[in-house]
Amino acid sequence: MEVSGRAWKFGDNIDTDLIIPGQYLTVQDPQELGKHCMEGADRDFASKVKPGDVVVAGHNFGCGSSREHAPLALKSCGVGAVIAASFARIFFRNAINIGLLVLECEEAYRRTSPGDEISIQPELGVIKNLTTGEEFKAAPYPPLVAGIVQAGGLIPYVRMRLQGKDREKGGA
Amino acid sequence: MGMTITEKILAAHAGKDKVRPGEIVQVRPDLLMTNDISGPIAVDVFKSMGADRVFDPEKVVIVLDHFTPNKDVKAAKSSTKMREFARSQGIVHFYDAGFGIEHVVLPELGLIKPGDLVIGGDSHTVTYGALGAFATGVGSTDLAGAMALGEIWLKVPETIRFEFKGKPSRWVGGKDFILLAIGRIGVSGALYCAMEFGGEAIADLGMDGRFTMCNMAIEAGAKSGIVEPDEKTLAWLAEYGCCRGTQGGPGSGISSRTLDWLRSDRDCTYKSVIAFDVTDLEPQVAVPHLPSNVKPVSQLRDVKIHQVVIGSCTNGRISDLRAAAEILKGRKVSKWVRTLIIPGSQAVYKQALKEGLIDVFVDSGAVVAAPTCGPCFGGYLGILDEGERCVSTTNRNFVGRMGHEKSEVYLAGPYVAAASAVAGRIAHPEEV
Repeated sequence: MEVSGRAWKFGDNIDTDLIIPGQYLTVQDPQELGKHCMEGADRDFASKVKPGDVVVAGHNFGCGSSREHAPLALKSCGVGAVIAASFARIFFRNAINIGLLVLECEEAYRRTSPGDEISIQPELGVIKNLTTGEEFKAAPYPPLVAGIVQAGGLIPYVRMRLQGKDREKGGA
Repeated sequence: MGMTITEKILAAHAGKDKVRPGEIVQVRPDLLMTNDISGPIAVDVFKSMGADRVFDPEKVVIVLDHFTPNKDVKAAKSSTKMREFARSQGIVHFYDAGFGIEHVVLPELGLIKPGDLVIGGDSHTVTYGALGAFATGVGSTDLAGAMALGEIWLKVPETIRFEFKGKPSRWVGGKDFILLAIGRIGVSGALYCAMEFGGEAIADLGMDGRFTMCNMAIEAGAKSGIVEPDEKTLAWLAEYGCCRGTQGGPGSGISSRTLDWLRSDRDCTYKSVIAFDVTDLEPQVAVPHLPSNVKPVSQLRDVKIHQVVIGSCTNGRISDLRAAAEILKGRKVSKWVRTLIIPGSQAVYKQALKEGLIDVFVDSGAVVAAPTCGPCFGGYLGILDEGERCVSTTNRNFVGRMGHEKSEVYLAGPYVAAASAVAGRIAHPEEV
């Protein structure tokens, strides 16, 4: 499914405290978390962002804590995808697991300006900057990760595996 | 071609003879851990996955430590949710408010042994690498999946070897070594890699210092930190532990053959080897707002401070409290510096009481609080106001980490933190 929206640009090392500050970690409701998304980096982000908009960031996006509240906040405030030059590993896993589109592409980061219109074809890993007309290709996922993405995240993926286990037991 | 200790542990848990960096493996963890932040989401996700029982109630550890003793009603609800889950699942290792900080508690209870593979719903799970285990952090959904299936996928990381040579001064320890390393390579310098710490200075370093070092591997972006286990590791294990080590302590199952195996092979492949000489190293301080902004303490003597925090999963162990007490004994903390000292666990607290350290702290004007992660992540206790500065023995100094977005955190070891509390500004221990 195509994702399209405006680019919100951030620099290197956007940590999870910037994405969702520690004081909100008693909150588990995604909608509530979304209201405070990126509060540490841009206080008004959550009110400005529109569904489908794309966060474009530099290296090590999502570094710091393992809080899943961070990708949950981004997803629930409408962010359609995060494109970064590189991701911190826990954030990357968390995003894949909850079904937030994350694409690694340094070139796209360097050649995107704030407000550019971005269009993404997730299955192909193709990122188009409609404002400049440029096209980029994100780093492909390893097959296992692609499988989780295809399943719609880790919840359906594990559910399928558990059902498979039950069937094995039933058949034995 | 040989393997690093990290590759060996991953291979063993994937049921393979050999693994290579970059390869994706399915592994069966020896232990899973969660807390009152990653846990509540994991419990919901676990149910959404259609899971009914955790794969092994003896292998899932729950520690309520972040907003506990409960900060407010929301925190109380998170705790209740975890308590109910623990009860209904028959979780053996459930530790409630104030028992201690997860990464201090698990090793103390003998729940981690060399060669283990541990997955935790907390980024500082990497701490357990100090015991020669592979340990890494994940989020709630990964943790829920692992609780349901008893397995998880991991990409085998490349290993960067850090060699520490020389004999450091008495004021320099594990915190200074790891800050030095992060300062050199940057906050993404070990992204997706394992950091392996070795050399004579690590051999000489106590276990508490090794915990501190592995704890902060994540601040360089690493997947894990590890120290090859040695006799010091075994001696430490023999002293602690009750839970798994029913047959004479958790170290008792480790033969010298296992110790030999738990070493990186001579012909293993490192991504790189980085060497440090710590002989004349000054105590190190990371200035706002990244753990890689590291400076020697002497360059920061004009920085006035408002608060000091000594504790956390990084530096809340008994050696850290002994270091703080060595400075604070017979001295008073500055009238203008709130000084908060938090033993990492009840066991650390009790030992500190026994050694008279708590008396020293209270007499100096410091406040001693119950074990909690609270201040480190701006959760509760010791929240900073606009414009305030704190010297903290914790692990992160990101924007707003400890409170107001215009407050500042300086990361240091316990000697510098205690000396700064007395001086009212960032100070070398020899200045007080």
